[in-house]
Amino acid sequence: MNINHNAKGAYVIWLRELKRYWVDKPRIISSLAQPLLFLFILGTGLSRIGSSKLGIEFIFPGIIGMTLLFTSIFSAVSIVWDREFGFLKEVLVAPVSRTAVAIGKALGGASVAMIQGTLILLLAPFIGVVLNPIILIKLWSFMFLIAFSINSLGLIVAVRMKTMEGFQMVMNFFLFPMFLLSGALFPITSLPGWLSYLVRANPLTYGVDLLRQTLLGPHVAVFSPYFDLGFLICFAIIAISVAVIMFRTTE
Amino acid sequence: MLLKVAIKPTYIIERFDSCGIYLVGDILRLISMSNSIIRVENLVKKFNSFEAVSDVSFEVFEGETFGFLGPNGAGKTTTINALVTIAKPTSGKAYLNGFNVVENPGDVRRSIGIVFQDPSLDERLTAIDNLQFHGIIYNIDKQTRNKNIATMLDMMKLTERQNDLVRTFSGGMKRRLEIARGLIHEPKVLFLDEPTIGLDPQTRNYIWTYIDRLKERTGLTIFLTTHYMDEAENCDRIAIIDEGKIIALDTPENLKKMVGENIITLKTEDNDKAKKEIQDKFGISLKQRADAIRLEVSDGEKFVPKLIKETTVNIDYISLWKPTLDDVFLKLTGRAIREEKADASEQMRQRSRMWIKRR
Repeated sequence: MNINHNAKGAYVIWLRELKRYWVDKPRIISSLAQPLLFLFILGTGLSRIGSSKLGIEFIFPGIIGMTLLFTSIFSAVSIVWDREFGFLKEVLVAPVSRTAVAIGKALGGASVAMIQGTLILLLAPFIGVVLNPIILIKLWSFMFLIAFSINSLGLIVAVRMKTMEGFQMVMNFFLFPMFLLSGALFPITSLPGWLSYLVRANPLTYGVDLLRQTLLGPHVAVFSPYFDLGFLICFAIIAISVAVIMFRTTE
Repeated sequence: MLLKVAIKPTYIIERFDSCGIYLVGDILRLISMSNSIIRVENLVKKFNSFEAVSDVSFEVFEGETFGFLGPNGAGKTTTINALVTIAKPTSGKAYLNGFNVVENPGDVRRSIGIVFQDPSLDERLTAIDNLQFHGIIYNIDKQTRNKNIATMLDMMKLTERQNDLVRTFSGGMKRRLEIARGLIHEPKVLFLDEPTIGLDPQTRNYIWTYIDRLKERTGLTIFLTTHYMDEAENCDRIAIIDEGKIIALDTPENLKKMVGENIITLKTEDNDKAKKEIQDKFGISLKQRADAIRLEVSDGEKFVPKLIKETTVNIDYISLWKPTLDDVFLKLTGRAIREEKADASEQMRQRSRMWIKRR
């Protein structure tokens, strides 16, 4: 088992994610419905509350974060099914290292999430957000980092799950709290103490903050961009390492 | 590494040929016996306190079709999982193609092809993608990969559908594709875990004709599990497994002999005369019941034509009963096949089967 062979293995797992995504075009459309509902209905509603900070423009980066979050978690949790009745089962008995499988899976899931996020990003001109190539490259790098982190986290959650029964739990105790506590929909400054601790422990908070200040300018920043970036990079490294270790030690 | 006794086949044939008394079958058997490709020694697998496989030992020889027969939950899949390096044995040793399954999992994995009990194809990919990805993961170079894929698609008669999405395939086609995939990296042993489960009887037969063709063309060693007694008949040797233990291991013929002889029941115009005739001509003692004659022979199918030819009395009715592997199982365990227990993962499996059938 050499490095070249394992790289090929990771490449195949990555390629498979993209091919699966591409084949299922109706799903691409339907998975965009939810973020669009949030963006236009909730966004329009919020803008009537009165605060100038709220509204479509404010939640736009949050909705991109949400798309990254949901796509990544669904992709990661799909391994539960895939391991019993899918291609992953066969990959796990192939002479390829589990490390390659886990990294390939996280990269594939992250790539798919990035495409979904980019489809939302295409709405920027309609919302009045100006994009240029430099901002776009920055955004893509950040989106990839966020998606990769959350994919790794999702793998950690999914790798020991035996049945899809646990999925509802993941949704309620993991996915929605992460979304609501990320500052995607409302500002996280001046929250009561207990809530602000939860918000600060959430990696998506830093992702949303990073996307928001890149899209809307430094005046909306909560943390410094370097702090956001540093936190996310550390989180990504730790999460993928734990995911790899758990992948290797699970029968 | 296993110590293999290197006996050159030609050498054996030359020697035995000069003696002129050995049959070709015996020689072939001897050659194959000298090369065991799977060796399992005192294998035990426990899940917490439950012993799924308890102290199992057996050998599989190169080129043979070896079957694990037993009810669901008997430990068949657990044994396979240990052999294919998915599950670590609690104790005991297992060697595959000379490699220890715990110490050299990579070498073991390269030596085997597997068709799981549950489908393991990517339904959202095309058939060719499934095969290509498999080949890349097994690190097969492009040229060999393409050649082997073309050969296997042809053998499994799937060439025309290679660019279609797998989810448009029927259950039987999916199984064939899985068998094809399991062979792309040219394994020494093909594992088939319940290869025809969930398929209708017609498709089951069909799959078997493909497996037979495969054996004919490649001389591959096949290790299969099944709980269908009739399928086990296709094996060269069968291990009957129940509650984690091997309770019998032999050829199907020999196993059936354990139960008893073939029984021929006969009604004639004149039973007394017929009885005397059979006793005189064949030297078989027989029982006469109220209106029928019952005789026990070892090879019923060959005996019946002889019997009809040699008997001058008109025969009204003749029936032949042969023991089946069902009877063997019943005799060994005192019961028929058990019903499956449904735990959470079993429920998920059933749901997946329904899901697959619906499509």
